Amino acid sequence: MKSSPSRRQLLQMGAAVGSSLLAGDKALALEPNPRKLGEPLGPYGERSPFEKAVRWRRESKTPETGSSFSPIHDSVGTITPSALHYERHHSGIPTIDPATHRLVIHGLVDRPLSLSMTDIKRLASVTRTLVLECGGNSAGEWAPITGPDVQRSYGLVSGSEWTGVPLSRLLAAAGVQRRASWVIAEGADACRMMRSIPLAKALENSLLAYGQNGEAIRPAQGYPLRLINPGWEGNTNVKWLHSLKLTDQPYMARDETSKYSDLMPDGKARIFTYAMEAKSVITFPSGGQSLPARGAYELTGLAWSGRGRIDRVEVTTDGGRTWLAAVLQEPRLPIALTRFRLAWQFNGQDALIASRAIDETGYVQPTRDELIAARGTNSIYHYNGIKVWHVRADGTVTHVEA
Amino acid sequence: MWKLSAIVFAAAVTVSAQSPGSQIGRPPTPEEIRELGSAIAPDGTGLPEGSGTVAAGRTLFAARCARCHGPAGEGDIGARLVGGQGTLATARPIKTVGSFWPYATTLWDYVNRAMPFDQPGALQPAEVYAAVAYVLNLNGIITADQVMDAGSLPKVKMPNRDGFVADPRPDVGKERPRK
Repeated sequence: MKSSPSRRQLLQMGAAVGSSLLAGDKALALEPNPRKLGEPLGPYGERSPFEKAVRWRRESKTPETGSSFSPIHDSVGTITPSALHYERHHSGIPTIDPATHRLVIHGLVDRPLSLSMTDIKRLASVTRTLVLECGGNSAGEWAPITGPDVQRSYGLVSGSEWTGVPLSRLLAAAGVQRRASWVIAEGADACRMMRSIPLAKALENSLLAYGQNGEAIRPAQGYPLRLINPGWEGNTNVKWLHSLKLTDQPYMARDETSKYSDLMPDGKARIFTYAMEAKSVITFPSGGQSLPARGAYELTGLAWSGRGRIDRVEVTTDGGRTWLAAVLQEPRLPIALTRFRLAWQFNGQDALIASRAIDETGYVQPTRDELIAARGTNSIYHYNGIKVWHVRADGTVTHVEA
Repeated sequence: MWKLSAIVFAAAVTVSAQSPGSQIGRPPTPEEIRELGSAIAPDGTGLPEGSGTVAAGRTLFAARCARCHGPAGEGDIGARLVGGQGTLATARPIKTVGSFWPYATTLWDYVNRAMPFDQPGALQPAEVYAAVAYVLNLNGIITADQVMDAGSLPKVKMPNRDGFVADPRPDVGKERPRK
């Protein structure tokens, strides 16, 4: 492929890695003989005790509400471990017994349905790998000083493989009436979080998911049943789903009027801004990390679009003067995290690095200045601007004062 | 081939949905509809019987809401509920029930489903009407003698009712022709 690293780049990388121990490396520890046995087999796996990546959240007097950010600076590949998936809860994580959980489909339908989890799992299932991003991800980037690290500034995004039943299948069984145009989705959390979803979306590709990354959805992600609206802001992907009411109007929920609407400079707010537009960010090297030495590195990051496949990711290492096509990890799935990579030589000089994603609609991830010129700085939600990192001469990486 | 199998699949769905032998689930019980059908539409559909006065709301607010929202709804751990009208187009917009929320029914729905924060669902309909009446009165939207019920609440015209517009995106991000 044209955008693959050149032979010369690969040779340079090999030379640098092989040349000497980098700062912080320790020599191979040789165990004395006879060698000790390892740990026995176990029923449910844990990661290595040496791995420390965790979600980050702000201290709060009400820890049942708020968000926790995925450690994407430590991510590899395109799937977020379920245990590290970002969280946004409004009234805590409910403990739900799947044996008693029910989904009720009612309102403007010919045959209202009450479904057990067993009923739902009997239906033909589908599996889709999808990105999920909070509508408020990167909200701090509208401020004059951008976020210090990639976890806290771009970490309300995660990638999972979801398994469930197309919502259209159950709507067909319930018999949607001609007057219906919206679906009011409600969760079984304490605050009964609720959103209005256009019927057209529900029929197009919404999923009722019970599986995530090869096992049951985690409680923090909606166990036992979650509405998945591919490409739409996380809040519409209602967790602990227990009610779908077909109506002829949106219900103007608090979380679609007061919250998750985008206030413009003229004082008007955009409502029902569901889609998450194309976005990317470099995860290595990124804010708070440091490069131990000069030489060859693999610069890498994540790109995604709520409107389809990532077509191209371009990377600059000279503050935007020139842009190079990054290598995209295949398969590039629509509405899914896409890993990009670029071989890069750090020569000990200051560098401003950034990525921009272009999706299959031709949309180009905008700069922060372009976003602010169009929307001002008070819209909070749906920020998808280009993130610039400053790699300093000493190898430390910081955010940029915009 | 793909199209053909999609058509076959669609036909199979239609048949199974109509076939009594493969009925999915069961009809909901009246209790299930009652428990899960509490959402309130902006036209007032779903509002229950009962009513609340501003005076009753003042007492209830002091007991159940002020700890988080402040004695006069000025905000603390909980959101600011009062004021901010005229600030939405400024550098420092203050978004409150009075300045930003487009429908009074949304306030009823949200208080009913989500408040008080530590005991959602604890309030009876009359208490929700009272709390809503008090917050609307604090914002100067209804007078102290107005009573809120299923008839009067949907008629309340919120100051920012016309403050919302449809999503115009993509508004930024020059589009490039596909390769």
